[in-house]
Amino acid sequence: MSILVFAEHDNNSLKADTLKTVAAAQAIGGDIHILVAGSNCQSVAEAAAKINGVSKVLVADNAVYEHQLAENVSLLVTELAGDYEHILATALTTGKNFMPRVAALLDVTQISDIIGVESSDTFIRPIYAGNAIATVQSLDSKKVITVRTTGFDAVVTDGSAEVVALDTVTDAGNSSHVSDELTVSERPELGAASVIISGGRGMQNGDNFKLLDGIADKLGAAIGASRAAVDAGFVPNDMQVGQTGKIVAPDLYIAVGISGAIQHLAGMKDSKVIVAINKDPEAPIFQVADYGIVADLFDALPELESKL
Amino acid sequence: MKVLVPIKRVIDFNVKVRVKSDNSNVDLANVKMAINPFCEIAVEEAIRLKEAGIATEVIAVSIGTKACQEQLRTALALGADRAIQIQTDLELDSINIAKLLQKVVEEEQPKLVILGKQAIDSDNNQTGQMLAALTNMPQGTFASIVKVDGDKVNVTREVDGGLQTVALSLPAIVTTDLRLNEPRYASLPNIMKAKRKPLDVKNAEDFGIDLTPRTKTLKVTPPAERKAGIIVESIDELVEKLKNEAKVIS
Repeated sequence: MSILVFAEHDNNSLKADTLKTVAAAQAIGGDIHILVAGSNCQSVAEAAAKINGVSKVLVADNAVYEHQLAENVSLLVTELAGDYEHILATALTTGKNFMPRVAALLDVTQISDIIGVESSDTFIRPIYAGNAIATVQSLDSKKVITVRTTGFDAVVTDGSAEVVALDTVTDAGNSSHVSDELTVSERPELGAASVIISGGRGMQNGDNFKLLDGIADKLGAAIGASRAAVDAGFVPNDMQVGQTGKIVAPDLYIAVGISGAIQHLAGMKDSKVIVAINKDPEAPIFQVADYGIVADLFDALPELESKL
Repeated sequence: MKVLVPIKRVIDFNVKVRVKSDNSNVDLANVKMAINPFCEIAVEEAIRLKEAGIATEVIAVSIGTKACQEQLRTALALGADRAIQIQTDLELDSINIAKLLQKVVEEEQPKLVILGKQAIDSDNNQTGQMLAALTNMPQGTFASIVKVDGDKVNVTREVDGGLQTVALSLPAIVTTDLRLNEPRYASLPNIMKAKRKPLDVKNAEDFGIDLTPRTKTLKVTPPAERKAGIIVESIDELVEKLKNEAKVIS
């Protein structure tokens, strides 16, 4: 029984989330191969070869895979699928984009966003924005699965897998990449940060988010926001933590001026330690916080920054 | 050009979801239902394309029991021209939904199909991509900007770390993200008018598709409750706890 894991990367470096998807593959059990599809992505292949428990790295290095367009990548994965019983990708924007296409081309349904593995055909996944947890058995012969990284701990990188170059080129020819507009930041990405400090509607405006900068600098934290703050136009959407934004589970999550709407909690309640700063003692965020402080954030933030 | 908008009837997003005591599913008895928020954005985008003179006809389609006609009427009240209900009492997996929609696409030949990126009940985020694969169309998922330009559509997508723009040949599939638009409210005259717009009912069994379930839900449980912690009195106490008790900062 073999498992194919799709590597998340940007052609230069392997995303650490892939190590968590491999952990899910190990929980299923079987011979694990990694697929690196990209352009000039040899450094990613080398990094993938070091992942613990991986026996083979397949590298499809071609310009048609440079931007990992769903149309092209799904054809590649479908072509390789014959050798595998399970195909896994990380539930990030790339995997979410192309994997259901793979499932449809293989005539199976996809099991999305798993957070646990019960057996080789039974998986645990959140539904209703995490307000219920379903145990789902796949009745299809092949399992096409996306893995939510907050459910698994990264495997170590002490392996030395064989690297095999593929010469398959699958070009659907009906889509092309136009441009990327990536947010440039010196801070860690929300998905990768071990500390996150997020602001909500209580921040009152976008300028006040600067109050979080000093604390984020001292803690090496990423800065996030609630949907209320994004919808109010304070900060861009890529900062959004919540069911409709990023799902995160850092070691420390500091919620500032965030009331704790269900949709926000769904995105951060798996954090190891949650701190809430809010002036409303009735705010629902305090029901999930390990440490709460009832205070005006405009007093609390400068004091916290000075005492770290 | 024709625009097809598949929509789903789901629990209203403001309703607190409860799991049944026998852990068989969530309890949907007597709860308020609504059009899935992402689907509503899809309807709005289609109507805006019509108002801009790009779309000529907007067709809403929903698969489910007779109850989903309520959501189709909502789409008609918002501005869709006609609606199709595909009647089934079954809980269908995404692949089977996509296969039924494939038949509708073959019949209607839309230039653009706009769907919500995911339903807020099953949270699968699959149907649009599956339909794209089955109809061999390109896809622009998680769209925040959609610009039709001749026989192409440019879609700006919300991706990890920012935005990506792709160019797709038409016909194409678009799935909506939150920032694509802000849906309008249906006016009372339009709600009245919607009652007279055409709504065709078809039977899922008549499409000749094997709708056998592909998954089996073994149980549904409430999420682990996170216990409330303590309220600290000062920032000093907070810093001390984080350092010495939680050991998450040094």
